[in-house]
Amino acid sequence: MSLQQFMNEAISPWMKQDGPDSDIVLSSRIRLARNFSNSPFPLIASEEKLNKILNFFRENFKGQSFKNYENFELLEMSDLQSIEKRVLVEKHLISPHLAEKSQQSATLISQNEQVSVMVNEEDHIRIQLYFPGFQLDKALEQASQLDDWLEERIDYAFDEKRGYLTTCPTNVGTGMRASVMMHLPALSITQQINRMTPAINQLGLVVRGIYGEGSEAVGNIYQISNQITLGKSEEDIVEDLHSVVKQLIDQERRAREALLQRSGIQLEDRIFRSYGVLKHSRVIESKEAAKCLSDLRLGIDLGFIDHIPRTILNELMILTQPGFLQQYAKATLGPDERDIRRASLIRERLQLENED
Amino acid sequence: MECQECHQRQATVHLTQVINGQKTEIHVCEHCAKDKGYMSYGEENFTLNDLLSGLFHSEGPSPYNKKAQPYQQHNQLKCPTCGLTYQEFARIGKFGCATCYKTFDERLNPIFRRVHSGNTRHDGKIPKREGGNLHLKREIDEHKSKLRQLIEQEEFEQAAKVRDRIKNLEQQLHQGEDGEQ
Repeated sequence: MSLQQFMNEAISPWMKQDGPDSDIVLSSRIRLARNFSNSPFPLIASEEKLNKILNFFRENFKGQSFKNYENFELLEMSDLQSIEKRVLVEKHLISPHLAEKSQQSATLISQNEQVSVMVNEEDHIRIQLYFPGFQLDKALEQASQLDDWLEERIDYAFDEKRGYLTTCPTNVGTGMRASVMMHLPALSITQQINRMTPAINQLGLVVRGIYGEGSEAVGNIYQISNQITLGKSEEDIVEDLHSVVKQLIDQERRAREALLQRSGIQLEDRIFRSYGVLKHSRVIESKEAAKCLSDLRLGIDLGFIDHIPRTILNELMILTQPGFLQQYAKATLGPDERDIRRASLIRERLQLENED
Repeated sequence: MECQECHQRQATVHLTQVINGQKTEIHVCEHCAKDKGYMSYGEENFTLNDLLSGLFHSEGPSPYNKKAQPYQQHNQLKCPTCGLTYQEFARIGKFGCATCYKTFDERLNPIFRRVHSGNTRHDGKIPKREGGNLHLKREIDEHKSKLRQLIEQEEFEQAAKVRDRIKNLEQQLHQGEDGEQ
């Protein structure tokens, strides 16, 4: 398969679109946790009970469509190879938890891959909906409609006082986690993000890197999400998150301006060095690739580089992860082989742009 | 920065320890962090669960509450639907089923308060079918607090209108309940 073909299939259709503020916000996501009222939660439920729920989804939702979300496909974990599951995790369509729990769990994915409804994850139902760029309100509206659509046929575990009942006490109430994925290179280079994080935490929001471990944000990509799910309405939670993200966008733009003015030539140098590394290296670790991709993307946003689409960052951050590399190679690869494959995939991808 | 333990690998774990007000910074690699017990093993994130079950365990009977049941009895609390005991719930930090919320109800407020910044009551979406009369009830509550506000502001004309609206809604609520029986 050619790289072009592979990418077309690998990258979710919605990711190829630009959204509002997509120079900084890569995507917006709403996740809703729901449970059936008449069955124990997946953590302790018997195989039989879990099978009943899975069957219910097979019978009621497989192949169905709701609005723009068409032809829901039910991917059952027990039918998938481990590399296939890994690829779904790398695309953020399923959680690592679901991939590990292979029996009686599944995910319902819309054709455009904007919606993924995980079945028998930590909760019976985890609805996830993505939008490109900064579109939290729209994501909430659509996720809520999808929730109503499911509720037409499902009796949800709901309590007047506690709201939607979930397996983990951290999700009870709205069951909602709203999150925004942001590329913040200038705030990272100037280390301002570290100073802003504690203040953001105080507002009941969490900032964390999505790639890499611990507090480190590989590729300068951060996820901002709500921590509190009880005692606040969905709209209020989204509004709070919205206002913080708005401020982060402004700060990032200001930091980029300041960097350009104060050390324009150094910044330009950094960007083109990283571009050079991506274009010519033969062996590259994921961390170095992420750093260079972040620089390249900044260079595109600032206009230093204009023949490469900005979606290259999201695209290659996903494609250069272990699962995808192995799927492309159609083989199991050790870490060293992966670093070689990663370098050649990136070179090939950049080559595609030079041909046009 | 190199790891201060093995002096070989890159330090990727950075810790600040505060013991009796004495601040120490630790920079180690992942291997040494695990060896030294700074980090838990495996990919499963230890943070939330461990923190949570820690919270539950601290919920011993309060010395200020004379009516508190003896510790033994609390531990024997068992969910009639799924069989989860309070002790297990405290250990895993997860509920077993919807009924658990009722079974452990009186012990949940302090936990929710800590996890959700002081909140214990849901104030968000209500499901269309399962929510039943809740939509009406919530609307009545909202009107009642508006009524109180209007009376305080001495806007009696407006208040009368709101009062009529409440009566109306309450009638709907009772009709609905009768209809269900």
